[in-house]
This record gives sequence, C-alpha cells and structure tokens, in this order.
Amino acid sequence: MHAAWRVSRERVAFRHSARGDRQPGRSLTPVRGRRVAEILGLLADHRGEHASLPARLCQECVSALPVTGVGLALMTAQGPSSVIVAATDEVARRLEELQFSFGEGPCVDASRSGRPVLRPDLLAGATNHWPGFAAAALTVGVRAIFAFPLQVGAIRIGVLDLYRNTPGRLTDAQLADALAFADVATLVLLHLQGGSVGDQVHPWLGGPLGGGAKVHQATGMISVQLGVSLADALLRLRAHAYADGRPVSDVAADVVDRRMRFDDSEKGHSTGAPQ
Amino acid sequence: MTFVELADTLVDDFDVIDLLHTLASRSVELLDASAAGIMLADQRGGLQVMASSTEEARLLELYELQNDEGPCLDCFRSGRPVAQDGLPAMRSSWPAFTERLQELGFNSAQALPLRLRSNTIGALNIFRTSPGPLTEADLRLGQAMADVATIGLMQERAITARELLAEQLQTALNSRIVLEQAKGVLAERTGLPVDQVFQMMRAYARNGGLRLSEVAAQVTDGSISDVLLRPNRGMRSEDPRVH
Repeated sequence: MHAAWRVSRERVAFRHSARGDRQPGRSLTPVRGRRVAEILGLLADHRGEHASLPARLCQECVSALPVTGVGLALMTAQGPSSVIVAATDEVARRLEELQFSFGEGPCVDASRSGRPVLRPDLLAGATNHWPGFAAAALTVGVRAIFAFPLQVGAIRIGVLDLYRNTPGRLTDAQLADALAFADVATLVLLHLQGGSVGDQVHPWLGGPLGGGAKVHQATGMISVQLGVSLADALLRLRAHAYADGRPVSDVAADVVDRRMRFDDSEKGHSTGAPQ
Repeated sequence: MTFVELADTLVDDFDVIDLLHTLASRSVELLDASAAGIMLADQRGGLQVMASSTEEARLLELYELQNDEGPCLDCFRSGRPVAQDGLPAMRSSWPAFTERLQELGFNSAQALPLRLRSNTIGALNIFRTSPGPLTEADLRLGQAMADVATIGLMQERAITARELLAEQLQTALNSRIVLEQAKGVLAERTGLPVDQVFQMMRAYARNGGLRLSEVAAQVTDGSISDVLLRPNRGMRSEDPRVH
C-alpha cells in the first residue's frame, strides 16, 4: 500500500478552473474530453453539501446511467484493497466487500488486469471465473456488473463498479459516459492521493487519455528524474503545469524535448528548472 | 506470409499492440507506402494512435492531429476508405493536417477503415512521399490486411461480442499508455530519444519471444531496464523475420 496515502477530509474545496488544458489558437476536438469537463463542473457545484468528492461522483454516476448503484474502491500494488472510498447504497458496498473477501470477481479482474469487465447478465455468459462471487452477488440482488479499472497506463489506482439489479447492457453512448466517469474518478483519486499538491482537482481536458503521448513519456522521465513512482511523477507534472498556468501537454513537451528537468531542491520542493 | 502471420493471432494470448504494429509494418512493406499507423476509437468520442511503422515523435503528433481533421477522422466517421486525388484537394479538405504532413516529407495520406460487422472501430493510415493515392490493387490488399487484423481482435466466442470488443479496446488503449510511460523511463535512463528506445524494446521483445506490452510493463515496474540497456541488444530498424 502506498505509504503516502492521505484521504482528504470532506471539506476538500474543489473548483473547476477555466484554465485547464486549453491552448489558445488550437482547435480542440469538440466531443473528446467535453464530458469529463462537464462532470468535473457538476462535482464542483456542490453548494455546501458535505458529501465527499468520491461520494458525489458516485451519485452523479448513478443519476446519469441506467444502473442501480455505484461503488468506488482503491487498488494496491498487489491488487484490490479493502478500502471502499464511496458507495451509493448498501448493495454497492456489499459488492465491494464480497469481492475482497472472495478474492475474485469482475472488479478483482478489472483492477488486477487493467481490463474493464462488462457483464450485462451474471446469469448468462461466462462467470466460471468467479463461481463463488457470482452466486453471492446474485443472492444480494446484483444481476449485472460493469467494472472499470481506474488507471493511467501502469498507474493503477482503483476501480469503479456499476451494478444493476436487473440484466441490461450499456449502449455505446452509455459506455462512453461510464468511461468519462471512470476518467473523472481516476482524476479524483489522483488528486486525493497527492494531498499536499493543493485543494483543487486540476482539470485535465480529455481525461487521462488527453494531452497526447508526451504527457505519458514525460511521466516516465520524471519518475526517473525524481526517483518516485509514476503516480507521483504524474502528480508533480500536473501540479507544475497548473502552478505555471500552462497546459500539461506543454510542460510535458518541455520535459520530453529536454528543455526542462524535474529536480528536488535542497528544501525538498520540486522545481522544474530549465537545463 | 502476411495473412498467416496476422491469422496466427486468432488464438489465445495475443496482444492487440503487437497485432497492430505488425499491421503497420506489413502495410509499409507490402503496399507502396512510406509510413503507416493505426488509430482506434477510444470509445469516448476520440481516436488514439495505437501503432505506427515508426514511432518518431513528429509522426505521432500527426496522428493526434487527426482528432481535429484528416483522413482518419473522415474515415472513422464514414466507415469508408478516404483519399484525395492530390495535394490541392488535400489542402482544401484538411489544411492544417496537410501542412504538417508536408513538413514531415509526405505528399499523400489516406485512410482505410477497420470495420467489424457494422462498427468502424478505427482506421489504418497510409502515408506516401509520392503524391496521389494507392493503386486499386494496393487498396484492396490494404483493406484485406485491415480486415484480417480487425477479425483478429475478436478472439473469444463465448462472451457477447460487443462487450468483449469494448473491453479489449480499452485494454489496448491503456497498454499504449504503458508503452509511452516505458519509453519515458528508458529515455531518461539511457539518454536516448524516445523513438530509439521504442526500437530497443521491440527488439528485446522479439528476441525473447515476449509481447511488447509485457516488455513495456516490465520496464515501468523496473524489472528489465538493465538488460535492455546492453548496447548489443540491438537497435535495428529492419525486421529480420522471414515471411
């Protein structure tokens, strides 16, 4: 388990910044990333509600999609953890608990393999991978499960589980929406992981897929430069971009093209110093 | 023979990234093309480059640009092959894309759809230094190769096809990100450019009979970077395989 895990208190002040990754003069694909930005905006607009960011995310997700409940759980390096970050109802919570105690299930598979698991009907198709779990899930009223690993490449953070109490599949549009929620959940967990980075979830236009190859290459480079995990490297990259008011992709390009290195100064704060 | 190679992937335990890299390299070798790449739908409304005959940075950016305009975008939306007769027509349809294309030394770009039943899941991008599109014969061959590759994405029959394809696409997208992260890790460790470290990983994978995705994953978790750093681990740009 990552030693630096710090789950923020509920009063995480969240503000959807207009800065984000917008580059002046460059046309952005109208659809891609729009839904992620929209969901972030919805989460920002909490008007004094005291529910945590992850809890509100799960609520928005259950409102937006034809599912009965949603759960959000953390991952460790070894696989699923017992830490349930949020759940919309008792069945969603029970679903997470069952998977951890059985050590099997779609969410286990999703978080271990990095592959989403979409099962519109637990009574049809192959559930022979998890016979114990499937039976238990059906008993508590779960009939369909859609499990999304929360990840940015090799950075595996958690899993978002959607369930239905009746069978039914997601349409292509609904799948796109679910993936957008998974992208937002990834951003939220990354944000919560790096508590000292600030109290704002930095919007990342296009979600974890946005910004192009250089963002991920820069993440790899920074992880070696600072001697930190990829997850921490990504946080540092995004924090630096936000502090500078520049798109993440711009800072990433500087790193990849070797105009900038990340080095911790004597005080232990990171600086992106020109070489 | 290409089809045997691509058809070999219709078995268990294959790697989408490997499959698409094979399609890209073979397209360059068998068609009259200078470079080729595959973009897949990210299922969120955008296209992601998954494999390219060369991983040179500026070429990767050219793919990325096609989320805004270009043959891949038109091809993905229409589900049909997309080509223009020459540069004036290209400039008219895709002004920004064509400008960047020419900066890279290419004078032609077209796209063939990757289609599975009624779904277009992506596009095969063909770049040429000569102006003008592929011949009819090359077009048919290219489309046939794309079709075999797309069928290769559907390996299991037991589970509903649509969900399986969606799962595989998302897994492949994430594998691509792991590959980019691995490039960064290796580039920093070796001081070499990112496209060169890609060739190192690919050579290592081939020599060891490993999947490229596996190698990338091991680079990111630190288990094989030392081995890869050995200079005689080949930075060959030619594919030595006989077909």
